[in-house]
Amino acid sequence: MAEPITMPQLGESVTEGTITRWLKAEGDEVEQDEPIAEVDTDKVNTELPSPLAGTLQKLLISEGTTVDVGAEIALVATGGEETPESPPREDAAAEAPTEEFPAAHTEAQPVASASPTARTETMPGGNGNGRSVADAEELRLRRSSPVVRRLAAEHGVEISSIPGTGTGGRVTKKDIESFVEDQEPAPKTPPEPARAAPQRVAAHDGDRIEELTGIRRAIANRMALSKREIPHAWTLVEVDMTGLVALREREKTAFMEREGVKLTYLPFIVQAAVEALRENPVLNSVWDGDRIVLRKKVNIGVAVDLEDALIVPVIPNADELNLTGLARRIDAVVKRARSGELTADDVSGGTFTVNNPGSLGSVASAPIINHPQAAILQAEAIVKRPVVVDDAIAIRSIMNLEVSFDHRVLDGGVALRFLNAVKRRLEEYGPESGTG
Amino acid sequence: MATKNLLQAIHDGLAEEMRADETVMVMGEDVGRAGGVFRVTQGLQDEFGEARVFDTPLAESLIVGSAIGLSVNGMRPVAEIQFADFIPPAFDQIVNEAALFYYRSNGAYTVPITIRAPYGVVPGGALFHSQSVEAFFCNTPGLKVVAPTFPADAKGALKSAIRDPNPVLFLEHKKAYRLLKGEVPDDDYAVPLDRAKVHREGTDLTVISYGLMLNDVMLAAEKISGEHGIETEVVEPISLYPLDRETILSSAKKTGKTLVVSEANLEGSVSGEIAALVAEHAFEWLDGPVRRIGAPDSPAAPFAKPLTDAFVPSAAAIEAAMLELARY
Repeated sequence: MAEPITMPQLGESVTEGTITRWLKAEGDEVEQDEPIAEVDTDKVNTELPSPLAGTLQKLLISEGTTVDVGAEIALVATGGEETPESPPREDAAAEAPTEEFPAAHTEAQPVASASPTARTETMPGGNGNGRSVADAEELRLRRSSPVVRRLAAEHGVEISSIPGTGTGGRVTKKDIESFVEDQEPAPKTPPEPARAAPQRVAAHDGDRIEELTGIRRAIANRMALSKREIPHAWTLVEVDMTGLVALREREKTAFMEREGVKLTYLPFIVQAAVEALRENPVLNSVWDGDRIVLRKKVNIGVAVDLEDALIVPVIPNADELNLTGLARRIDAVVKRARSGELTADDVSGGTFTVNNPGSLGSVASAPIINHPQAAILQAEAIVKRPVVVDDAIAIRSIMNLEVSFDHRVLDGGVALRFLNAVKRRLEEYGPESGTG
Repeated sequence: MATKNLLQAIHDGLAEEMRADETVMVMGEDVGRAGGVFRVTQGLQDEFGEARVFDTPLAESLIVGSAIGLSVNGMRPVAEIQFADFIPPAFDQIVNEAALFYYRSNGAYTVPITIRAPYGVVPGGALFHSQSVEAFFCNTPGLKVVAPTFPADAKGALKSAIRDPNPVLFLEHKKAYRLLKGEVPDDDYAVPLDRAKVHREGTDLTVISYGLMLNDVMLAAEKISGEHGIETEVVEPISLYPLDRETILSSAKKTGKTLVVSEANLEGSVSGEIAALVAEHAFEWLDGPVRRIGAPDSPAAPFAKPLTDAFVPSAAAIEAAMLELARY
């Protein structure tokens, strides 16, 4: 009996994957969890382990082809009697996946034997797990009302793409009218399918055109999404790092010898941020349409520059690690990021992001929030500056520390309480502080 | 123009029509010597004599039956049912005789009668002095049912009813008699029976209402306009049967949200017909559910004041429903 292998979801917000190379050929035996293909997604390149053991009967996707998550990519014959043809019921379902309501008395909708898919669709959902209620609520919002549906059809807009101000976030007639009004001034374009051809710029002599890599496209999509959806606000404080600089200078050699990793400023900043997040949990949250989800876990994404791209591996449960633990984990993911060894898990589940463009010499920048998180912390270069200390001019090591935040979720007050909490912790360090 | 209450306006309408047309006459219990229990017909017998303004026995079937007989013989009688609650004995005369006479006689006889009936809840009115009876009659082709609310509209609509060749049931909210006042034109005018009236223009929701509730709706509309910037379009059907579909639908389409408010109990009501009309013909313009406010499906109306208050839709409930629908 042949069972399909589908494209798995390799990380949050990953919707498709490219089979870059098949590691097995048709007819090969595969063990469970044995790699059968190399897959390139927006986030990672990884090997795809077989979820089944058996004989690889058919490869449904050719190398270099991109398919949606959930699409069938191969068939594996899993022991038992060898049936060259699948039962007609499954065939019908596979051939007509887009037929929402197959005609009666056809293969897809046999008279007597209800297909498994048909059964799930008609099964009453009220089994106590709240699923059907959520579905009904989602339908209510998506269907909105007759006039909204009519206007959506007339103007070719998706109701779900419009922010709703009605009961429970419903899109009202006024919402869609003002949405359409905002859109219309642009030259009237016919309603476009989801994947419209991008508008091309004029190419000049000698221009070189580079096709997007998966990671470049992912960065482009995520950044555009973040800027489009999130009303960014930005603020900055100056942090006197003199004490911490002295501490690091004193400890770095011993730390390297003892722990085997370099002592950078990043773990200090991440630790201070984690503690400040505990005091200001709203920065560790997500805007969720008509509510805010406050994350319990503190999973800190650390932005890593890869010369031609940027990737944000995640340190899960960063609040459970001490300074040394953070230093080791950060060092490990940065190394894996640079050598292209990150797994899907390494880049999933972040709740807050710390970026340190200071390591590249930046002294001020306005970061784009790592959608859908609520905020991002930005640590700039530590620069010696003349500053006023106790009414005297002193040379101090100063660092600009910035936060961009989702102004729907929080306001400047809490953003600055957070920043000042980070600042206070960083300024408490002195040459005599430990690095445990 | 003078300010008059509903009672005076109806009185004036009757008197003016009697002066203008000698076939117009008034008949009913206590309408003559006593001038009516609400004093609507006060002074009419003195002015027009006992032949044109006369008291009848306490028998509603006879009142309407006699009026039908007079009307097919050239008169335009205005028959009064003292309380709408007592109209059932005349039901057969109204729906089987008056409403069918023109059709049954192949157009030989019209029945130009007007049946005035005070309806609606008054404090202490209890079971037999509180009912809203309009739904009983709003399923009878051949009959017109009108229920204007404000003085000027009532006077003009009464003139139209008297002049109309068809039998017209003319409902007057008795609690509004002295409560509702308004400017009433002095010159002769008529309010057409086939036109609903837009009392207030708005963009956010439509409220269709009649009777004393309409007054609460108008006050709530001003209130939520001032407090929340929500603009309510208020439509009064005037004619409950047949309905002015055009005006109702054009307002329902304009705002996309419709609330129907009356004092009648909801199931099988005129409000139900209005809601059905909007749902059926304005569907693609709707931006919210068609909603209704009315009395519970319980025998009307309790005597005890707290129960009466619970029975009749309150101004607060109307305002809350308007706000909720506007924000839907």
